[in-house]
Amino acid sequence: MVSKNKKLNLKDKYQYLTRDMAWEPTYQKKKDIFPDEDFEGIKITDWSQWEDPFRLTMDAYWKYQAEKEKKLYAIFDAFAQNNGHQNISDARYVNALKLFLTGVSPLEHAAFQGYSKVGRQFSGAGARVACQMQAIDELRHSQTQQHAMSHYNKHFNGLHDAAHMHDRVWFLSVPKSFFDDARTAGPFEFLTAISFSFEYVLTNLLFVPFMSGAAYNGDMATVTFGFSAQSDEARHMTLGLEVIKFILEQHEDNVPIVQRWIDKWFWRGFRLLSLVSMMMDYMLPNKVMSWSEAWEVYYEQNGGALFKDLERYGIRPPKYQDVANDAKHHLSHQLWSTFYQYSQATNFHTWIPGKEEMDWMSEKYPDTFDKYYRPRYEYWAKEHAEGRRFYNNTLPQLCQVCQVPTLFTEMGEPTRLSHRQMKYEGERYHFCSEACCDIFKHEPEKYIQAWLPVHQIYQGNCEGGDVETVVQKYYHIEVGVDNFEYIGSPDHKHWLSIKGKSFDSKAEKSEQDAA
Amino acid sequence: MSQLVFIAFQDNDDSRYLAEAVMEDNPDAELQHQPAMIRIQAEKRLVINRETMEEKLGRDWDVQEMLINVISIGGNVDEDDDHFILEWK
Repeated sequence: MVSKNKKLNLKDKYQYLTRDMAWEPTYQKKKDIFPDEDFEGIKITDWSQWEDPFRLTMDAYWKYQAEKEKKLYAIFDAFAQNNGHQNISDARYVNALKLFLTGVSPLEHAAFQGYSKVGRQFSGAGARVACQMQAIDELRHSQTQQHAMSHYNKHFNGLHDAAHMHDRVWFLSVPKSFFDDARTAGPFEFLTAISFSFEYVLTNLLFVPFMSGAAYNGDMATVTFGFSAQSDEARHMTLGLEVIKFILEQHEDNVPIVQRWIDKWFWRGFRLLSLVSMMMDYMLPNKVMSWSEAWEVYYEQNGGALFKDLERYGIRPPKYQDVANDAKHHLSHQLWSTFYQYSQATNFHTWIPGKEEMDWMSEKYPDTFDKYYRPRYEYWAKEHAEGRRFYNNTLPQLCQVCQVPTLFTEMGEPTRLSHRQMKYEGERYHFCSEACCDIFKHEPEKYIQAWLPVHQIYQGNCEGGDVETVVQKYYHIEVGVDNFEYIGSPDHKHWLSIKGKSFDSKAEKSEQDAA
Repeated sequence: MSQLVFIAFQDNDDSRYLAEAVMEDNPDAELQHQPAMIRIQAEKRLVINRETMEEKLGRDWDVQEMLINVISIGGNVDEDDDHFILEWK
């Protein structure tokens, strides 16, 4: 055959290099090769209906990923060679990176493991290839994030032992348990959890406005790895949407199963992202957009369009969406207030926002900030000024499912703490919300096994009974260096010396009041 | 209810041509500049044509090259050799 165009078109190339590379087994039963495919009750009748709209094949994948890496590492080099950390807006910003490195980067690695696993479990070749590429992407994200942060680790505290902390520290059990929950589910639930609910519906909130904020705060290295990772994410999101459509189109019995997963994983993701709400509103000294604005664009608008599209499959928006929408007015403030009280046990610092920042919050949260949150901050600022920086010495009650302290309030009742409890086989369990309690009720045998950091400390499993010992020995957080208040911390003093100033506690306080 | 599709690009040299091409082929789209990124949204449908892009760049352009500069998307994707379409049907 003589062809004028020697290049295969995308559709043919995808067919040859993906599906045609697979084969039908002859001397082993398919069920023995892919034993996990049907235990969740999902019915797949025809794998050939699986569509990858990007039609990405391995050759193109390597080519574009290599190009992304070259661009990224050129910027890392330039950033390090030019002491880029000296040009960020303010050293308070670095605390967001400490949370990112200990809370998010290990999730990239967990995602790598998760996709490697499910990439083996599907009998459809298209799905296997997509999962394998995503596994490699996730490993790349974990590595590039560690490389980007390694420069900060030379100059700031709290970044020295992220993987160790991720497995032990109380608030890091929130992201860790989220991914452990997904990875211990079946392959279709994993994809619904991570590819759809997390990647498609929610990660924009972390990787788009927050990374844009990193750029606005002078952090060239972070915005670059963030956007470079996110360029893979466009592919992952598409996979997420295709997965859902594929499962729903295969059999009507799949609809209620998928709906339950969407309800569960939307909520789990929303709780996880409460950490991001505070990173955006409190940890970016130069503000780009508020959490509530980001939620409106990336969830209410984009998520709204998505769930409208899924209506024709019989899927409705997530069950507790209204609670999440209402929480946008409160979330970041409730989170920051909690971390402010427990800075003795974190690898990052906290502070009371300056006057200008509080005014920005009043403007962005006109119905809630001045009424519920500003007075609390002003009181704490006064206490601090009088030598009584407030730390809460009672360990918090954690939710059995999301593992966030039970710090949230009821929808429409911002002064009433949201708390649910139930007894299961003689033990009492506590929850932050109706939604987490619902999740527990459906799979109690899974969640009674949760490793709750506060319980573990009280049970004596964390190398000591007092907070200081646990923090220093078990968490590897260096007491007096990595933790406590930002003002007067070694990071703060170091930053002042970079800027040619010296630390004067009185001047600092008045500067903070004026800031 | 309005149903928006969107695409976000890293704000760089390639993307400026991309944004130009998108705005030319989708005159009703809305272009937003945010720190380090360009975000374009449109009602229901947004199309990027290889032909328009090649005209802007003055060279051959592979639709998959876009993967390097894209930050995020919203909408169902339909891609082939000549175009990249985002759509809510």
